[in-house]
Amino acid sequence: MSAPGPLDLHGLRAQPSWRAAKSHLATAAMILAVVAIAIPLLAVVWSVVTRGIGVVTDAFPEFFTAEIPVVSRRKGPGMGPAILGTLLVTGGATLIAVPLGVLGAIYLHEYGQTSRFARLVRFMTTVMTGVPSIVMGLFVYLTWTLRFGYSAFGGALALACLMLPVVIGSTEQMLRLVPATLREAAYALGTSKSRTILTVVLPAALPGIVSGSLLAIARAAGETAPLLFAIGAATAYNPNLFAEANTALSVQIFGNATSSFVAAQDRAWGAALTLMLLAFVVTFIARKLTARFALER
Amino acid sequence: MHAAASIAPLDPAPAGPAGTRLHLDERRPAAGLETPVVFDVENAEVSYGSFRAVRGVSMKIHTNQITAFIGPSGCGKTTMLRAFNRMHDVIPGAKVGGKISYHGVDLYGPDVSATEVRRRIGMVFQKPNPFPKSIYDNIAFGPRVNGTTNKADLDMIVERSLRAAALWDEVKDRLRYSALGMSGGQQQRLCIARTIAVEPEVVLMDEPCSALDPIATARIEELMRQLRDRYTIVIVTHNMQQAARVSDRTAFFTADVDASNDQRCGVLVEYDLTAKIFSNPSDERTENYITGRFG
Amino acid sequence: MPDELPGGVLRGPQAHADRAFRGIAIGAAALVLLILGMIALVMADRARPVLAEMGLDFFTSKRWSPPHEKFGALPFLFGTLYTAAIALAISVPVSLGVALFVTQVAPRWLKKPMIYLLDLLAVVPSVVFGLWGVLVLSQHFGLGRSFLTAGIILGIMITPIITSLAREVMETTPAAEKEAALALGATRWEMIRAAVLPHSKGGLVGAVMLGLGRAMGETIAAALVIGSALGQITLDPFAPGNSMPAVIANEWGEADHMHRSALIALAVALFLLTIVVNLIATAIVQRSMARSRGKS
Repeated sequence: MSAPGPLDLHGLRAQPSWRAAKSHLATAAMILAVVAIAIPLLAVVWSVVTRGIGVVTDAFPEFFTAEIPVVSRRKGPGMGPAILGTLLVTGGATLIAVPLGVLGAIYLHEYGQTSRFARLVRFMTTVMTGVPSIVMGLFVYLTWTLRFGYSAFGGALALACLMLPVVIGSTEQMLRLVPATLREAAYALGTSKSRTILTVVLPAALPGIVSGSLLAIARAAGETAPLLFAIGAATAYNPNLFAEANTALSVQIFGNATSSFVAAQDRAWGAALTLMLLAFVVTFIARKLTARFALER
Repeated sequence: MHAAASIAPLDPAPAGPAGTRLHLDERRPAAGLETPVVFDVENAEVSYGSFRAVRGVSMKIHTNQITAFIGPSGCGKTTMLRAFNRMHDVIPGAKVGGKISYHGVDLYGPDVSATEVRRRIGMVFQKPNPFPKSIYDNIAFGPRVNGTTNKADLDMIVERSLRAAALWDEVKDRLRYSALGMSGGQQQRLCIARTIAVEPEVVLMDEPCSALDPIATARIEELMRQLRDRYTIVIVTHNMQQAARVSDRTAFFTADVDASNDQRCGVLVEYDLTAKIFSNPSDERTENYITGRFG
Repeated sequence: MPDELPGGVLRGPQAHADRAFRGIAIGAAALVLLILGMIALVMADRARPVLAEMGLDFFTSKRWSPPHEKFGALPFLFGTLYTAAIALAISVPVSLGVALFVTQVAPRWLKKPMIYLLDLLAVVPSVVFGLWGVLVLSQHFGLGRSFLTAGIILGIMITPIITSLAREVMETTPAAEKEAALALGATRWEMIRAAVLPHSKGGLVGAVMLGLGRAMGETIAAALVIGSALGQITLDPFAPGNSMPAVIANEWGEADHMHRSALIALAVALFLLTIVVNLIATAIVQRSMARSRGKS
């Protein structure tokens, strides 16, 4: 038998092959997909910024403070009442949905756990997150607006119904992350269950709960359909939570989008810019909090 | 500071059965070991659902002593320990049978509040579990829950507890800092300080040193000896040298196959003065364990 | 200590506060049941008039003419499903591609910014998408209001949802399986086909269905660009059409009693449809996550 020849390394070098080409094609397709989603995102943000910034800076700060022109053909600011309306409605919804949602999540995780009632509530919470916002709007119309008329409070109720299941879900997730040994330490010191929850569990889960709630708030601020049925369409400032029609940024955008008057459309872009900035800022704060929560653990 | 120098060297004699090494605390005469009874356990057992974890335990725990539970893993030591402060209440499906009396009162009686029980019978856990709060707030937590709100009172309690846990000098300038920034050994001493801040009568310790290095362990053992004068301590440990070093009485548990359902169940084999257990145990199983023939 | 014991260990005032807190928590949790129940009752009650008159013909008849009291829901059911189908056709390949890119291809420094950007897309309010759709896509680019325009907008809107779920599922692919494929000399695409995709199948189906549910229920963006035509059942994507949520939003303002009853009946149908889709989707996703957790 002859001695083995020198190692043939020729075969190790990468050769063009159909398999490699397929893999590269697949990667190219993925990159294409990324581009495909980046384009609309950038396009939307671009449109809003370029078309909205002009409207806002043209009449700064009147855009944020002046009343909405009743005659929509008229050019000029502003969106003041809509901004107030959005704040009132979203703020009201938060005050209702967040405490109730956190309490509900506390029941689910700390008391009910796997009981039949808790499982039913969890299931229904999932169902409730899927309720289309227009259905919620109709519901609030039929039960509240018909009886009490248009008001910011009705809008707050509608948004609260949309937010509640989301807050419950994200809060329960955060409660699950608090280690059992922390609760044990509190019990071992003679702390009652409710006190343990309030002074140990909630503070430990707080950053996560707040960030989850902020995300729910950001989404609620952008909702339109429920508000159409609950707050009506005002053009003047209405700081009264409980009486008379109000308006909101999202409602204004919806109304002006179909207007044939450029002035109204311009205001819609300005309102869109304002709303988007609001949502982005809130989301940004929420993400920062999540990062800090992760670090603390 | 109380450091490793306080550990007395291992004493080669008196020797026990072949292979054992003993350390007896010669400063404590055997005569002082008949102090009043704190817990009177009569045929206690603990089950989780249909699984019986430990059964047939009868013993008396004495005041101002350190009682150690030793034995291989899975034989009910921790389960038994947790029955003393009703920690099983929070586990759905857990049941405690038999009778455990605390100064004559049935711990599991219908009128007895678990919260009150736990205030008097504290617990230190295996892995240190300080709250994600400041050192000060950790210690002050218990007193605040029990109604103390006056800042001067709380300051005093915090300092007193930290001193008793041999931690004061190390943290007195860092009281407002997070407790999570301390080393494992310091955190465990913090947990001990937190427990004694509510002035319990009994301190239960569930393998308090298993997550710590030898030096931290030595400091905690020294701490235990100092605390003994004011508190009653029951400690679960899988380190029998530790039991030999610190405890006055030792209870040896092992796992038996339960005849009724073929499951492993913990039983109390022997309970006696530590000196006796380690020099002249009555039960063969005890002897096998401490000479290292199994477990 | 011993003398104060028997009194001291009795039930204290703390127990009342404890029970009160528990009661409040239960009440809050029960609210979910209460609200859902009320929605079901109120809506069913208001939908009854039209359903009593037309029975199930309501869902099968094509003619929708409020002035003549003719209410046929079929065109809207069709519109909802058709636009959702277009939206999925656009969104699913893109979402899968992006999710695969982010989890398998993207270098570490690119991953986080990309996820951040995707989440940002999810926060843009649907009404802003609608505004863009009307004034830019349909006017400026001349696409007009049609099934297609609505489908495109919906597709863009549901992509972040599907992508983020798909991402989560793909991340749970056990590294061992991926490494096994690579160690056998597979190219990256072959590894994806062999390890990532089979593992994620269930979760991906669930993610797509959740996107479907969202597309069906989306009101505002659809209402703005779908065209609000009546009675149109055509597969021509450029034709103006209508969908259940869109017609409700657009016609409610001027509707009379019977008309409103019909619109509410539509809302009930939409409600049931989206609930069924969402529940199936959630069940599939949960089962696949549980299975993958068991495996790795």
